[in-house]
Amino acid sequence: MNAVMKHRLFWPVVVLLALILVNTLSRPSFVSITVQDGRLYGSLIDILRNSAPLMLVALGMTLVIATRGIDLSVGAVMAVSGAVALQIIQDSGDAANPSVLAVAIGAGLLAGLACGLWNGFLIAVLGIQPIIATLVLMLAGRGIALLITRGFITTINSDPYKFMAQGYVVGLPFAFYVSLAAIAIVAVIERRTALGVLTEAVGINPEASRLAGVRARGIIWGAYAASGLLAGFAGLLYSSNIMAADANAAGLYIELDAILAVVLGGTSLAGGTFSLAGTVVGVFTIQTLKSTITFLGVPPAVTPVFMAAVVVLVVLIQSSRFRRWVGRLGGRLSVRSAQPVERTEVAS
Amino acid sequence: MMSTMEDAQPLVQVTGATVRFRSDTALDGVDFRMFAGEVHSLMGENGAGKSTLIKALTGALALDAGEVRLGGEVVRFATPHDAHLAGISTVYQEIDLLPNLTVAENIALGREPRNRVGAIDWAATRRLAHDALAALGLEIDPASVLGTHPLAVQQLVAIARAISTDVKVLVLDEPTSSLDFDEVAELFRVIRELKARGVAILFVSHFLDQVYEICDRITVLRNGRLVGEYLTTELLRIDLVQKMLGRSAAALAERQTFDAPDDDSSVTLSARGVTVLPGIADADVDLVEGEVLGVAGLLGSGRTKLARALTGVDRLEAGIIRIDGQERRLSSPRRALSLGVVYSSENRRTEGLIGELSVLENITLALQAQRGVLRRIRSARQRELAASWVEALDIRPPDLDRPVASLSGGNQQKVLLARLLALSPRVIVLDEPTRGIDVGAKVEIQNLVGELADNGLSVVFISAELEEVLRVGTRVAILQDGRVVDVVPSEGLTTDSLLAMVARSEGDEA
Ligand SMILES: Nc1ncnc2c1ncn2[C@@H]1O[C@H](COP(=O)(O)OP(=O)(O)OP(=O)(O)O)[C@@H](O)[C@H]1O
Ligand SMILES: [Mg+2]
Repeated sequence: MNAVMKHRLFWPVVVLLALILVNTLSRPSFVSITVQDGRLYGSLIDILRNSAPLMLVALGMTLVIATRGIDLSVGAVMAVSGAVALQIIQDSGDAANPSVLAVAIGAGLLAGLACGLWNGFLIAVLGIQPIIATLVLMLAGRGIALLITRGFITTINSDPYKFMAQGYVVGLPFAFYVSLAAIAIVAVIERRTALGVLTEAVGINPEASRLAGVRARGIIWGAYAASGLLAGFAGLLYSSNIMAADANAAGLYIELDAILAVVLGGTSLAGGTFSLAGTVVGVFTIQTLKSTITFLGVPPAVTPVFMAAVVVLVVLIQSSRFRRWVGRLGGRLSVRSAQPVERTEVAS
Repeated sequence: MMSTMEDAQPLVQVTGATVRFRSDTALDGVDFRMFAGEVHSLMGENGAGKSTLIKALTGALALDAGEVRLGGEVVRFATPHDAHLAGISTVYQEIDLLPNLTVAENIALGREPRNRVGAIDWAATRRLAHDALAALGLEIDPASVLGTHPLAVQQLVAIARAISTDVKVLVLDEPTSSLDFDEVAELFRVIRELKARGVAILFVSHFLDQVYEICDRITVLRNGRLVGEYLTTELLRIDLVQKMLGRSAAALAERQTFDAPDDDSSVTLSARGVTVLPGIADADVDLVEGEVLGVAGLLGSGRTKLARALTGVDRLEAGIIRIDGQERRLSSPRRALSLGVVYSSENRRTEGLIGELSVLENITLALQAQRGVLRRIRSARQRELAASWVEALDIRPPDLDRPVASLSGGNQQKVLLARLLALSPRVIVLDEPTRGIDVGAKVEIQNLVGELADNGLSVVFISAELEEVLRVGTRVAILQDGRVVDVVPSEGLTTDSLLAMVARSEGDEA
């Protein structure tokens, strides 16, 4: 039991399960899944489907944070890639043509990748602080997206494109498969090659890594490129969901959700050792929280406050110092037993 | 004087101190005491528990069992700051200052002089810093950024910070590990002054000479247990070593000869006119296959700068480097590593190890980086490789998955060496490789250096300890003010004659 509790995913999973439990208690229909025309429907399925863009963005954010960085531009990058793809489809006038769609999707992804490369260039080559460097694109990105859509909200009507976010494959939403594929690909690239451990080394101690011959610059650049590419894909999913490219609303504040998901998953903002599985759990936690808010009918105006309160609570539960403090308080109230021991441990 | 101390009440008294890290017991029921006006040394091998005892005493770690009394009262410090307020000043082994603040800010941190409106009084802060530095005879600008100074100066600043308040107990955990003779002499002068004022001083060092020079009493730890407390005057060195190691000192097979390579051995690395300003100017170095070149110089003479220039860490401003006769541009450490030229930094923690990664990951890091991201070394192979190095260098505990930061200093150094040796280098540049390493491990590392040379490696061995430079090096390069002024065979030299060469002022040369 103790070994289970020590596992780094223990508290993130506990939080997620607790959230699901609270939802189920307040409305038992939360966990019910119905089958219609061979497709699964239900709140949990919605969570799997709707979390896809955040999943992609948070996976990229994990890699960036592991290098001790941060990527604030992901939301704006989503706006850009969606704008590029939809504008191409709209301008072609043939929204169902597969080759047009292929070009549009490819161009959207390329736009995301280009944004990531730009961020990486500023940070890894010019040495600009990540928060400042990505702030540039965070602010400029939506303007670029508006330029692409010529100031309008581009809308299209294309069933194949719609399929990305809204289609079903063997009973489950296609978007969920996209999530799964992204998780698998990122995990394989990080853990089957040496990229993961080298990224951690760079994040923990860049100078020592450089002296050990690690291409720190390349690794950091790569992390931002990956983040850009993933955000690009997330932008396509978003636009496919609403069948419109809305430069102002696409991916708004998603960078905050993504950072939160990474932290909830147990990866430290100080960089270094990261957990992709933790991020996956973090993303589902946030998506569940969002659906809870919708369900509870929290007025939109106070949603941020509600969200913030829950997040503070969740982060506190995960803080070992806070748990110790609560334990001590409890101990003092029952028996005046010996104080629990404070221990500075090297993170493992 | 000693006898009166026996009667007096100890100023610090620790009883039954026990500290556990998960399942390991780092400190096991240790009793320890210190009297006012004495210099007390805590001795033991790497990992014996010295720093752990100090941390428990000063509130950096909580005791799992046992108690600490200060002046007869039981105390329980939650943080080092509490201990500080109670009169216990500590310089920890790993310098815990803030490199991006100025020297003055670091010295005054947490107790900055305030003016009437409660804002920091900068003039007074600078004065405080200036006085504290002057007390140690250190002439540096208090307004300079700490991180720009060499490690030795940072160590002195940490000491200046510790003694700039009214202290009752001063704890110095390996304060001299990167200092030269002059700074050590200055520090000892200050320690004697404080001692005369009745301060109790705890001095931890692996330099037996220093311990015997300054300490009145010695407490020996081994494997987290107390071996005993002795008066320095009554404990022979050989017995001290025996008590620390738990085996006879004779078992420390010191390698007697470090053979000079044959005359026809080829030159592996040759540097001409190497310049990286400020620090090293117009330096020429030749390394022969199978030799150990000692480097001796004072603090600030450019020892580390030379090492960094030869290994691609710093870009050359002028000069050329040939490896096996071919001119090479060492544009990065990565490039140098691929040519078989490796560097072990004097600063293990910031420029060497990746603290949170495991022993295994640290050992395989450089090799993996050389192979490239895509060609990951198979897990089984990584394990085999790391295990073989852990065994060859006797890294303890032999646990591959433990974060390297939790190892003791000597074992961390060995992990760093293992990482570099796993690359099968041709030239290895060791900057203070025995810093903070116990007598046993020091001899092991020196012997290892000899073996490497026997196997045809060229080794550059930099150390502030001249005795060691002479013992290990077949030739010694003398550094003064960033210039290699001479390269002499070490045979026939004594520490004193070498010291004279190292310290010779510019004027004498003319
Ligand atoms: N944070 C930690 N987590 C786990 N084990 C630790 C930690 N800190 C120290 N240890 C272990 O406790 C033991 C005592 O370490 P300590 O640092 O006190 O040794 P030391 O006598 O100061 O050695 P050195 O001369 O190398 O400084 C060692 O076995 C070490 O591995
Ligand atoms: Mg120590």
